[in-house]
Formats: sequence, structure tokens, C-alpha cells
Amino acid sequence: MQELLQNLLNGVAVGAIYALIALGYTMVYGILKLINFAHGDVFMLGSFVGFYAGGWAGTRLHAQGGALGWWTAGGIMLLAMIVCGAVGYLNERIAYRPLRNSPRIASLITAIGVSFLLEYGGQFVFGPDPKFFPLLVEKHLINAGGVATTNYQIIVLVVAIIFMALLQYIIYGTKFGRAMRAVSYNFETASLMGIPTDRVISTTFIIGSMLAAVAGILFGLSYPKIDPLMGIMPGLKAFIAAVLGGIGNVPGAVVGGLIIGVIESFVGGSRFSNFRDAIAFVILIAILLFRPSGLFGKYQAEKV
Amino acid sequence: MRNKLLISLTVALSLVLLGCPPKSETASGTAGAAAGGDILVGEYGSLTGTEATFGQSTHNGIMMAADEINAAGGVNGRKIKVITEDDQSKAEEAANAVQKLISQNQVVAVLGEVASSSSIAAAPICQSSKVPMITPSSTNPEVTKKGDYIFRMCFTDDYQGHSLADYVGQTLGVKSAAILTDVKSDYSQGLGHFFEERFTQLGGKVVGRASYAKGDSDFRAQLTSVKGSNPQVLFVPGYYTDIGQIANQAKDLGMTQPLVGGDGWESPKLIEIGGKALEGCYYSNHYFYADTAPAVRNFVEKYKQRYGVTPDALAALGYDTMRVLADAMKRAGGKLDGTSLRDAIAATKDFSGVTGTITLGPDRNPIGKKLVIEEIRNAQLTLKATVEPQANAPAEATATSGTTKTQ
Repeated sequence: MQELLQNLLNGVAVGAIYALIALGYTMVYGILKLINFAHGDVFMLGSFVGFYAGGWAGTRLHAQGGALGWWTAGGIMLLAMIVCGAVGYLNERIAYRPLRNSPRIASLITAIGVSFLLEYGGQFVFGPDPKFFPLLVEKHLINAGGVATTNYQIIVLVVAIIFMALLQYIIYGTKFGRAMRAVSYNFETASLMGIPTDRVISTTFIIGSMLAAVAGILFGLSYPKIDPLMGIMPGLKAFIAAVLGGIGNVPGAVVGGLIIGVIESFVGGSRFSNFRDAIAFVILIAILLFRPSGLFGKYQAEKV
Repeated sequence: MRNKLLISLTVALSLVLLGCPPKSETASGTAGAAAGGDILVGEYGSLTGTEATFGQSTHNGIMMAADEINAAGGVNGRKIKVITEDDQSKAEEAANAVQKLISQNQVVAVLGEVASSSSIAAAPICQSSKVPMITPSSTNPEVTKKGDYIFRMCFTDDYQGHSLADYVGQTLGVKSAAILTDVKSDYSQGLGHFFEERFTQLGGKVVGRASYAKGDSDFRAQLTSVKGSNPQVLFVPGYYTDIGQIANQAKDLGMTQPLVGGDGWESPKLIEIGGKALEGCYYSNHYFYADTAPAVRNFVEKYKQRYGVTPDALAALGYDTMRVLADAMKRAGGKLDGTSLRDAIAATKDFSGVTGTITLGPDRNPIGKKLVIEEIRNAQLTLKATVEPQANAPAEATATSGTTKTQ
């Protein structure tokens, strides 16, 4: 029972990070019908911004060593969000917008190209060696009825929930959100109604990339080893989470992320721990076979 | 059109000229293994990637030995030139690197790797090209079984696993252990197997078992499952990058058992990554840096002067490997073809190295090498025990009859 709860908790903590990344995939897909494969690498960039900013803060602001503290951690997260938001914006502006009216496969291949550019450009700039994320806040162990956790896992969950709630508010509570939903519903009509579609799309990329930056910082906090190729696996799994929840569907991405995280945790804790990475792909195949629109997606029959 | 062609030709040419220049150090001179010029020795190692310090330390050790040999007049009047290739800690890259060293650089011998999976990938290439290969620190028994051109400078995992099990099971009286191995690493699988074999022979019980893949960042699920079985120790024969994280996550889950491992833990980065979570954990190693033996003291002194850091065991083994090779080349006289050099290396006897006296047995493994067990205390390595194999016995036999001396 304790083991069950422990696995569940571990799974939810990983799943929350997947969910944050999955939101970026699903938002961009919802609006452009484009799978932005470079999204996982934006997540990696977020971690690296945190690594360098944390290293700088460690020598300049907190020369006495130890954890950096809440304010610095918040500042680092904000910086990572700004940098990743800018990268997301440039990515859309330079790589995807010129191809918006080309066949969709062109954008897809460009996305893969951008992904490689960030991965191997990252290896060139940051170096291929793994780096170790700085200590942002002091770690405490928490033991609740035989289930062990740390304040890190709680921070991950709380921060993830705050940003998901914020996103929910943006989409359903603001004028911009309404514009976003309109563009997602019907691109052409929205633009005829005077919605500045270009700006909506840019902003969507910026928001998605900022969420990836948050995920990158949270990942660095809980799993301090980072390297330029670290975005590939979480990126793919978050993509699967988005497909599982129904790509284009925002709550679906969150649920999908949590489900993938929890399933991985249980598989990792069982005799089949070798297959932990494979299980996400098995889920992808099963979803595509039996429910291509995902758990929450609407199935739309194609008119012939 | 002509212009375009010219440009693309220029680009292509410059790529060929600039692309991957072989990194060579030490004295200049005409290339080639032909008589008169420098003797080219190839080295492949993990200079970058997850096992970067393995390759870097080994490289430092090899370069220091090569420079000392050259300063003392070289080998039969010729200087040694080491050509180094980085395999990025990947077995498939190791195979490419060795292929390149042999076919392009035409080296007379190849030194490397640390990770057994990489050595196992590269050994068949050396064997089929009849170029002798010496691995300084791959401990998996399979490596030297790849052929009669493949040699080793360190003890093997059967000996290491058995010695560790003897120490844990007999000296410490531990009755239950959980084993966590890396599925991607031949080293980890082999060492885990030999530890379990001996540990169960001694009446110990393996109560939990789980596996991970090198490069994972989340080990909590596996740790949760072994935590439930409540072992007295957690045996993790992995490499240092993963170990540091496993130790941290085990502590996060409230596990208080010590982690126990093998020589794959040996890295200056280990304690940096693992921090306080590694206190009280211990692992087996090839040498202890604060050993009072004059050979070790002398080596540590020189290494510190040159590189400014304390050498780890992999640096010591790299140093020994280069010197054993140079010694064999001296004995081979002017003949540095594969077969003559192989025979000269195989005849290595009573060579006094930093990691002990090296005599190669018929299985091309050194006979009777010493093993130390080090414990991490206050972020420092301390000597916990020394296992002295009985002299002049074949390596396999000493594994079971070695005597453990607790400090």
C-alpha cells in the first residue's frame, strides 16, 4: 500500500512536468495543426538558462554557498521564461510563419530541423557533458505515513498547478483567450472577423515556450543532471501525453501528462523496469489504433 | 553556374581539410609507423559525455607516461606519439574511433577504454586488424575473450564482484542486499552477476532487484520497489553520474542503507554529484591515492604537479598501461608489427607499476592484482579494506581465496 502511494506520488511529480510541456504541444497544434517538435528542446533551453543564471547568482549574490533562496529562484524562473518565450517567438517568426501556407509536411520537417538545430547547437555552445543544476532552495525530507517525499516534489506540483490555472484563466477568462479559441476553431473566419491571427499565433508560441521554461526549471530542481539532449525523451513523452489527452485539448494534455507519469512510475517499480521508456510508446500505438482522437478529443468524421 | 561550382568545391575541400584533425600531442616529427619516425599509438576514450572523467583521467595518465618515456629517450631511439579519439561515452562511437585509428592513422597499438561496453565494441576490430589493444580499466571478463590481441591491465569483475561480496557478506556480516543494475552496461550486468553469485554462496539473500538505463534521470520508481524489500545494503554497480543521482534519490525516499559499488564509481565528480547522500557508502577500487607505497606516492606527486589534481585510479591505470606498452615495444626491438608486439606484450612479467606488479597470464589478464575498498567519509575517500590476492595463483582462483585485511 505504501509502495503504491509512493509510486503514485512519484508518478504525479514527473507527470506534472510532462503536463507542462504537453500544454505547449497541444496549444500550438490546436491553433496551427502543427506539431512543434522543437518544443522539447525549448524545455532543455529553459533548464540551461536556469543552470547559467543559477551559477552566476551563486558566485555573485550568494558567495557564501548553499541554496539560492526563493527570490533568486523566482528570478531565475522568470529569466528562463523570458528567454524561452523569445526563442519560441523567433522560432515561429523565422521558421514557421514563412511556411504557413505551404503544405503541412513542410512545417513539420522544419520543426524537426529546428529541433536538431537546438539540440546540436546546444551541444556546441554548452558542451555535450552533463551539467549539474544549482541548488535553488534547501531540500527537506518529508515523511507522511510511510510515504517519503521532499519539498521539491511539492514545489513542482504547486508551481505546475499555479501555471496550469493561469493558462486556464488566460484561455477562458481573457479577451486574448477568446481570440485564441476563435483562431483554433476556424482560422479563416477568425481572420475575417478582424482577429489579428499573426499576433495570436505568436503569443501562443510565447506562452507555450514559457510553460516549457517552467518545466525546465522544475526538472532541473528535481533531477539536477542536465545536458543538451535532455529534451528529446521528455519532449516525446509530453507529445504522447498530448495525443493521449486528445491533441489540441488543454485539459487533456494535463491529464495525459499525469497518466503517462504515473504509468511510468508503476512500470519502473515493477519487474519490467527495463520497459519504462517503451511504455509511453506502447500507449501511443494503442491510442492511435483504438481512439485516434485521444481521451478528450472530439472525433470528427471526415467528409468525403 | 561556374561560380557556384567553384564555391561548393571550395567548401567541400575546406571541410575535408578542416574536418576532424587528429588530436595529437607531444613532440612533432614525421608520421607513420615506418622505421625512423615517431611510433604512433592510438587512444580512444570518453573525453566527453556521461563518463567524461573516465576518459579524461585515463588520457592524462597516458600522456604523462608518454612524455616521461620520450623525455628519457623514447623507445629504442624513437619517440612515442599518442593520437587520441573521443568516443563521447558511446560504444558505437568507440568502434568508429578505433576503426579510424587503425585504418587512417595506422597506429601500432590501441589503448582504451574504461567502460566495458565500449571495449567490447572495439576489441573485435583490433583483433581482426591484428593490432594489439590494451584496456587500462575495463573489468568485464568478456573483453579479453575477444581474441589474442586484446590485453587488460586491471582485475576482472569476477574477482571484483567476489571480493566485494566477501567483504560485505563475511567481514561486515550483511545478510540481505538489493541489486540495482544498468541494463545498457556490460560492466554493470557482469559485476552485479558475480556479486550475487558469491553473496548467495555465502548465505546472503538478494531480496530486491531492479534495473535502470544509463542516462536516466528518475530512479525513484526502482528505488521505491527495492525499498519495500528492506535490504541491509543496496548494491549498485554503475557509473558515477548515475550513482550520484541514485544516492540522492534514495535519501529522498528515506532510505538509510549504504550504497555499495565497484570501480565505476571512481571519479572526482562522484562526490560533487552525490554530495552528502554518499556518506558511508563504499566501493572497490584499483588503488588508494594516499597509499604509502613509494610507487604510488611518487606517481601522485608527479601527477599533482602536472595537472593540479589528485589522480584517480583510472589515471593510474592509464599511466601503467602506457608504460607497459612502451616496455613491450622496447623488448620487441625494431619489430613493431602486430604479431611481434602482441607476443612482447603477452610476455610482460613482474612489471612494477603504480597499481601493483603486473604479470600477464595466459588469458591476457594480469595475475593477482590488489583491490581496495574505499569508504566515503566527510566527502573524502578513506581506505576501508585491502584485498591481497595470493601470489602466483591464476586470477580466477585468487578471486575465491583472496585474503581480506580490514583497516
